[in-house]
Amino acid sequence: MVQLKINGKPTQLDVDPNTPLLWAVREQAGLTGTKFGCGIAMCGACTVHVDGEPVRSCSTFIGDVEGSEVTTIEGIAQPDGTLHAVQEAWIKHQVPQCGYCQSGQIMSAVALLRDTPNPTDGDIDAAMSGNVCRCGMYDRIRAAIKTAAQMPKVVGG
Amino acid sequence: MTDAVETKSEKKTKVKKEKKKGRWTRRGFIGAGLVAGGALVVGVAIRPGDRTDKLEKYVAGEGEHLLTAWVKIAEDNTITAIIPHGEMGQGIHTALSAMLAEEMDADWSALNIMEAPAEKDYANFPLVREFVMGGKSAPGIVADTLNGAFLGLAKTMDMQITGGSTSVRFTGVSAMQTAGAAARELIVRAASETWDVPISELRTAKSRVYHDGSKRDAPYGEFAVAASSMKPNLQPTLKARKDYQLMGQSLPRVDIPSKVDGTAQFGIDAQVDGMKVATVMASPVHGEVVSTIDKSAALDVPGVLSVHNLGDFIGVVAEGYWPAKMGLDALDVTFTTSASDAVSQETLFAQYAEALDNGKRKTMHKGGNVVKGAEGAARVIEAEYSVPFLAHACMEPMNATAWVRDGKADVWCGTQNPLGTRSAVAKSLEMDIENVTLHTAFMGGGFGRRANPDYVLQAVRLSKVSGHPVKLIWSREETTRQDHYRPAVLGRFKAAVDEDGMPLTWESVFNHEGEPKEASDIIYGIPNKKVEVVDSPSHTRLGPWRSVDHTQHGYFTESFIEELAHAAGKDGYDYRRALLAGRPRFLKTLDAAAKLGKWGETLPEGQARGISIVESFMTICAQVVTVDMTGGDPKVLHVACAADPGFAVNPDGFEAQMQSGIIYGLCAALYGEISLEDGAVVQSNFHDYEMLRMDQSPKIDTVILESDARLGGGGEPGTPPIAPALANAVFNATGRRIRKLPMRDLGMGAGS
Repeated sequence: MVQLKINGKPTQLDVDPNTPLLWAVREQAGLTGTKFGCGIAMCGACTVHVDGEPVRSCSTFIGDVEGSEVTTIEGIAQPDGTLHAVQEAWIKHQVPQCGYCQSGQIMSAVALLRDTPNPTDGDIDAAMSGNVCRCGMYDRIRAAIKTAAQMPKVVGG
Repeated sequence: MTDAVETKSEKKTKVKKEKKKGRWTRRGFIGAGLVAGGALVVGVAIRPGDRTDKLEKYVAGEGEHLLTAWVKIAEDNTITAIIPHGEMGQGIHTALSAMLAEEMDADWSALNIMEAPAEKDYANFPLVREFVMGGKSAPGIVADTLNGAFLGLAKTMDMQITGGSTSVRFTGVSAMQTAGAAARELIVRAASETWDVPISELRTAKSRVYHDGSKRDAPYGEFAVAASSMKPNLQPTLKARKDYQLMGQSLPRVDIPSKVDGTAQFGIDAQVDGMKVATVMASPVHGEVVSTIDKSAALDVPGVLSVHNLGDFIGVVAEGYWPAKMGLDALDVTFTTSASDAVSQETLFAQYAEALDNGKRKTMHKGGNVVKGAEGAARVIEAEYSVPFLAHACMEPMNATAWVRDGKADVWCGTQNPLGTRSAVAKSLEMDIENVTLHTAFMGGGFGRRANPDYVLQAVRLSKVSGHPVKLIWSREETTRQDHYRPAVLGRFKAAVDEDGMPLTWESVFNHEGEPKEASDIIYGIPNKKVEVVDSPSHTRLGPWRSVDHTQHGYFTESFIEELAHAAGKDGYDYRRALLAGRPRFLKTLDAAAKLGKWGETLPEGQARGISIVESFMTICAQVVTVDMTGGDPKVLHVACAADPGFAVNPDGFEAQMQSGIIYGLCAALYGEISLEDGAVVQSNFHDYEMLRMDQSPKIDTVILESDARLGGGGEPGTPPIAPALANAVFNATGRRIRKLPMRDLGMGAGS
């Protein structure tokens, strides 16, 4: 039994501690917004926040995050459903195509903007190059991050 | 689901006698009728034979009436567009719905969208016809015959495919617009009779009919019953472009909100009560099968339920993906051996070279006489080009969920080919297709890969042998190694040029004949040409890869034409212009890309531009790439893209497709290679099959040109021009001609 907080909710998961966080989140917690892409931390589709830091959940054992606060794509909007500025910007720029990588992209972008409210192109390259978008929407992701940075408040994450 | 279908069927039989007869038209069949206690079906089906009574049971809920094969209307006037194509990020649900709503004057903001079920009646008839016709319009006089012939073909081939950039240009125009216009006309005529006013005094907007003279208006739903007694206009008038209100607008995509909050349901997200999770391994050498297996270590892994040797693959069924993977990794397996084990990248290309030297040649395209044409030539120029196998690398690994029980099967998956998948499942299980239900989901990338249902059939077989509902998830490694690859191709090119360096002849020969046939043809005005192909198969599975044969031929043709330009001492842009004289759409597109890419303007030392132009899927696309070679690796700074698809139904969506196609092709040009060693694919994951990332991604500017040409595709035409434009830019910067992809292998250090 592993105890942790997921999206603010105290959670107990009956899972082998050597299971990657990704599969515990998807299969035990039932939160399928976090995606499996490569299993070796090379694509970023599985990005979640652990105590506020973006991590690749496919390569993080659940046993190693016991007692931590895990935030997934399902947990970044306000409790009343108001979208995070990054999500709003993603819609405004019509970023997703297939959309499969976008949970991870958004989680990386939220973390970037929290630490670096006005990122340069270099900051965006550094923070986002671990996230592959096979539909090639990098231009739009970059533009959406800049738009989100200009929005009234970037919260959550 | 089953219950609902039966209810609908019962209702259908009661009212069937009132069904109206339909008729053949040049556009296809349009028929209407069917009333029962206020329940209405007006059928407008773009295929021979009235299908709407058959279709209704699949798509109509309580209080809903199928207005056409592609639209249903509820009593509260909500209208639902039925889209026969899968969503894989190309925005097709939005674009096709807009085409239907446009002609129907339906209220876009209240329009619902559903994906068509995998039923034969939704088979992609226009797609087949266009494939066989090579994208040309049939003369009116033979169209009926063609329709009849190709309908049979469509059904035989079980085609309901999303691919070939066909959705908008074929389904959109042939089905959605026509059906929308026919439905609107029926409603207007019904309103005219009900209100006893002339049709000419009626107008429609946002799913309502208006008679301004008497200040009356009413929702479409009110006239549905009256419309059912009328014969539909068999050739409804489509709107002129100038009257479009939805088409040509960048409507926000309907699938996007769910893709930013984690709620979008992909195949991998399927959830079925009692479901177990499986993963599999097939022979690394395609075509070989399991020889020996020791299951004991796998069965010792906690959470592993069973291990199945199904001959062509091994599956481990477990309580979750992780124990399944641990179990698979623990297995001790050997596979059979065959001559394929000796195949390597070197032997493969040696085999292709031998075939090009001595193999039986088939003529693909011919014009003039290349022997006579070369007489008196000032010079002959020859070059050899090659490209490797490429994997699709969809972000979502292959997966499917299946539940086989009680003589029935349910399947949940993302697929580019729902009907073909359903049919293949039925065949695999030796069931009637009616006993197989397919639940489609979003695709985390398709690019041609998800047109093949191999992963679905594995899930079905594992469910059958294990007795559980099974979600099969392939690892990234399995997804990379068990793909259906873009062919590896060797091509030889030869041209005789005159004293000005202009080509008199064009000859080429290459291995692999795929689709579309015109991919290996040239767009340039060269008086004598001969394009030939040889057959040289290997054991490695092949499949359609974004833009299909245009990827290799775009690169070959646009690189070799540049070699001719260089040999003539001419600028690549000017040289192409001269050879495209008399082809105004091509010239306009080329000029637009040159202008957008600042062709001819001075660049800093070490930077250069390259240009290319390829027509594919009836869209002409020209690109200018600016590259920086000062670091030794090609650093792509900018891509200028000009495209003429005739008309872009959703300009922002079209631009997104160009951006996407460019990045996809750029990734392949720089890094993409699947190679063989001992008969098996070497690459396995993103560390050795690299993806283009944010920091390597260029700024892309796109200009969309409009012309009076028929609608061209959007999903694929951005891909073919990028590799040659980049290769030409690298040459212009370094003097080094890139005749082999990817560029990573050329010793320039690309890909770090």
